[in-house]
Amino acid sequence: MAIERILKDDASEEKGERARMASFVGAIAITDLVKTTLGPKGMDKILQSTGRGQAVTVTNDGATILKSLHIDNPAAKVLIDISKVQDDEVGDGTTSVVVLAGELLREAEKLVAAKIHPMTIISGYRMAAECGRNALLQRVVDNKENAEKFKLDLMKIAMTTLSSKILSQDKVHFAQLAVDAVMRLKGSTNLEAIQIIKKPGGSLKDSFLDEGFILDKKIGLGQPKRIENAKILVANTAMDTDKVKIYGARVRVDSMSKVAEIEGAEKEKMREKVQKIIAHGINCFVNRQLIYNFPEELFADAGVLAIEHADFDGIERLALVTGGEIASTFDNPESVKLGHCKLIEEIMIGEDKLIHFSGVEMGQACTIVLRGASHHVLDEAERSLHDALCVLSQTVNDTRVVLGGGWPEMVMAKAVDELARQTPGKKSHAIEAFSRALVAIPTIIADNAGLDSADLVAQLRAEHHKEGCNAGIDVISGSVGDMAELGISESFKVKQAVLLSATEAAEMILRVDEIITCAPRKREDRM
Amino acid sequence: MALAFDEYGRPFIILKEQDQKTRLRGIEAQKANISAGKAVARILRTSLGPKGMDKILQSPDGDVTITNDGATILEQMDVDNQIAKLMVELSRSQDYEIGDGTTGVVVMAGALLEQAERLLERGIHPIRVAEGYEMASRIAVEHLEHISKKFDFEATNIEPLVQTCMTTLSSKIVNRCKRHLAEISVKAVLSVADLDRKDVNLDMIKVEGKVGGKLEDTELIYGITVDKDMSHPQMPKQIEDAKIAILTCPFEPPKPKTKHKVDIDTVEKFQTLRLQEQKYFDDMVQKCKDVGATLVICQWGFDDEANHLLMHRNLPAVRWVGGVELELIAIATGGRIVPRFQELTPEKLGRAGLVREKSFGTTKDKMLYIEHCANSRAVTIFIRGGNKMMIEETKRSIHDALCVARNLIRNNSIVYGGGSAEISCSIAVEAAADKYPGVEQYAIRAFADALDSVPMALAENSGLQPIETLSAVKSQQIKENNPHYGIDCNDVGTNDMRQQDVFETLIGKQQQILLATQVVKMILKIDDVISPSDY
Repeated sequence: MAIERILKDDASEEKGERARMASFVGAIAITDLVKTTLGPKGMDKILQSTGRGQAVTVTNDGATILKSLHIDNPAAKVLIDISKVQDDEVGDGTTSVVVLAGELLREAEKLVAAKIHPMTIISGYRMAAECGRNALLQRVVDNKENAEKFKLDLMKIAMTTLSSKILSQDKVHFAQLAVDAVMRLKGSTNLEAIQIIKKPGGSLKDSFLDEGFILDKKIGLGQPKRIENAKILVANTAMDTDKVKIYGARVRVDSMSKVAEIEGAEKEKMREKVQKIIAHGINCFVNRQLIYNFPEELFADAGVLAIEHADFDGIERLALVTGGEIASTFDNPESVKLGHCKLIEEIMIGEDKLIHFSGVEMGQACTIVLRGASHHVLDEAERSLHDALCVLSQTVNDTRVVLGGGWPEMVMAKAVDELARQTPGKKSHAIEAFSRALVAIPTIIADNAGLDSADLVAQLRAEHHKEGCNAGIDVISGSVGDMAELGISESFKVKQAVLLSATEAAEMILRVDEIITCAPRKREDRM
Repeated sequence: MALAFDEYGRPFIILKEQDQKTRLRGIEAQKANISAGKAVARILRTSLGPKGMDKILQSPDGDVTITNDGATILEQMDVDNQIAKLMVELSRSQDYEIGDGTTGVVVMAGALLEQAERLLERGIHPIRVAEGYEMASRIAVEHLEHISKKFDFEATNIEPLVQTCMTTLSSKIVNRCKRHLAEISVKAVLSVADLDRKDVNLDMIKVEGKVGGKLEDTELIYGITVDKDMSHPQMPKQIEDAKIAILTCPFEPPKPKTKHKVDIDTVEKFQTLRLQEQKYFDDMVQKCKDVGATLVICQWGFDDEANHLLMHRNLPAVRWVGGVELELIAIATGGRIVPRFQELTPEKLGRAGLVREKSFGTTKDKMLYIEHCANSRAVTIFIRGGNKMMIEETKRSIHDALCVARNLIRNNSIVYGGGSAEISCSIAVEAAADKYPGVEQYAIRAFADALDSVPMALAENSGLQPIETLSAVKSQQIKENNPHYGIDCNDVGTNDMRQQDVFETLIGKQQQILLATQVVKMILKIDDVISPSDY
């Protein structure tokens, strides 16, 4: 008799080979999608959102592309997830990790077709990943001791990262910016302290690093535009009509004169408050909330610079940078800590006026002002710079560096190949497959640059047969070159994360032998 | 369809709306039920053991879960069939009782059903089959008791416990760092365990997860974590010897529940009201300060002014802490939850050795750790992992490991794993079968065959030749009279499970056999299924 249905009506179930096929197809489709963005000559993608306004993003950042996709295939979701994690953890290599995982699965598909059990493939992949990592570890360069050389390393890494992005035209300039900014952090990874302000206009080259703090606000009317040795009070308090907060209070009067009296009292209250604030001996007052005209006038009279409506982040960062505390009551001026800075002045960037705090106490913070032709360019520039900053700040903590341009993949592939020859049993097929997946990355880089990948990769492989070779793909000249001479470096931490999380993701997908999809939740038909 | 006639030959209807219902009866019903139960077991069969495969489950909202935990798979599977639902229940009750072996129990039940089907085909009455199974399960459970070993561990020597937890974890995706997780689980259980009474309250172990970092960063915290930060960015991030006031009243102006109005009609009134408001805030903070609190944890929000006053008086505070967390903090620190400022007294404060704020990664996430509490028995396992799927799966795996450790503390008898216990039971049941006269003998033999299916599935999943391996191990067990031989899933080279340190708890195994037998008996006894037909 027929087996009755076990699952609900719309639910579906895919088993064994079919399930595996579904995940392979999904994962490989995702890989092919982002593959063309890999490398210095990778192409960009336009993403148009379905939301209101159909906002357009132009990017070649793997994580950004994948984040915006709406995907139904579960295996593809796993890949998107690892790219997101790579972004959070090290900030760069988001495309590489997806491509490597996809290539691993592509190789695994062939092995499964040749009747090798997925578990055997997984254990082979694990061995290969471990071996590749060790091979890379032996070839890392660590210039921790030598500050000069290390800075040079950072510079190289920044240039390599930026060269695949929109900023590649001015990569020297931006690499310098990023390195300077990260060096100021002195080893902390708190990228919050680096503020990025985007102002359309000018060209990318006009972007600059500022050592102080820039607040995107205007100075109140009739107040000094320039203050030296500023004492700053950072506050979060109502400076409009200080309401009575006791519940249910309301004003009820019976004549106009009473109204005038109460209004007078209110004004008096505000005046007192302003007086108290000024009594702190400050000459600059920054408030998170609005400042109405009346108190602003009072501040102007006292020669105090008042800045209203700074956003929450701005306030916190400012308090952090100037070393003051955020105040809400003003009765004990002696115990409130004030912030200090050498100079406050209004500066012009393009058409906008901004307030510039320089000579702040905490040397860590800085601001990068990005200039560019359009919002899209600026957004992409910000993403690129963010990648570079992330990589650099991670490299400062883990100072090991490897060469770039497909060099690490070739080194690992060589070691993995060696391992495959020594390993008995079916695992050796999986290990060999791992090495093929690794070689796929330089192949894709060459393909994207329009070069003859088969020829170049074969040359590269021959070069790598010699001991201690530094050969990689030089995309600019289209030949095999010495990566150390060309100054193409990458952070070891990024490479390691790519290798490990790609292997992990491939493993996760390979382990699956059944997909059960529940019936989609019924939506109310609103049409 | 059931149609009855009265004494005058007129038909009358027994079931309400019986046209709309379908009905299966007799052997038909039993076969349909058995095939449904088998179908569920077949889904789980491939997930058994250290080399078991995972399943992807897509929820109605499109979220993806990847797991090989039997209970989780069944729970999320959206099952419609009644018998299949029984199997889901079965795995769930194993999960509640024991916490581990949720896949094994379903595979076992499936095998029993499969054997029962054959017996039914030979015309044996289902009740006789059920009785035979009952007898066989009793023999098996007794035999398990017989081959079990007492297992020694002390609070100082946790190695054996760690080994057991590692066996549990090795079938999960987290097996990359199973050692680390096993140690954490054992330490967590031991710190809340009452070794004299042999009791463990797992409620005192809170399992928290946060996306980011690596699996290796997972840690055990002797205290409580709260996903909140200090109310004012400049409050101290670390407080030693904290005295904690736990409040459920907001730092805001009072809001009487009766409707009222305060009329302001003169300037004086306006000013007094203003002063009163200031005083009110001052009072609230002062009261907390007076009783000697050094940290305020509040369920509600703060007014800006109150916030600054707290900061000013050097009284760090945390706002918007959820009710459940508030209770846990109260338990851990030995404090009382105070609903009114007036009722604050020094005795009601909780105590903690160290309270600190910790930030994570490059993002701005912060968490509050409350450690070295007065009641040190509450611990938190804080899981870090690459993505949400990973964290959820780790949570499930840790839960399994915690349960195993707890069971061992409750009852320290163990049996060896890798299918060795099942094979040994199968031999014992087979031998005992001959002593029973009557039809039950066949059912008992069938039970022995069903027991073989667990090691068979293990061997199959590990890529070994199932029948060949099983018969080899079985003959080895009989020849050497040693119940420790099992399936060598990890390809270590020996199939002596004692050498491989693979073992499971005795009660877990016994429970598996008992529960599976019970459910199978229940299914066999059904001879009539009435269900509303498709509409």
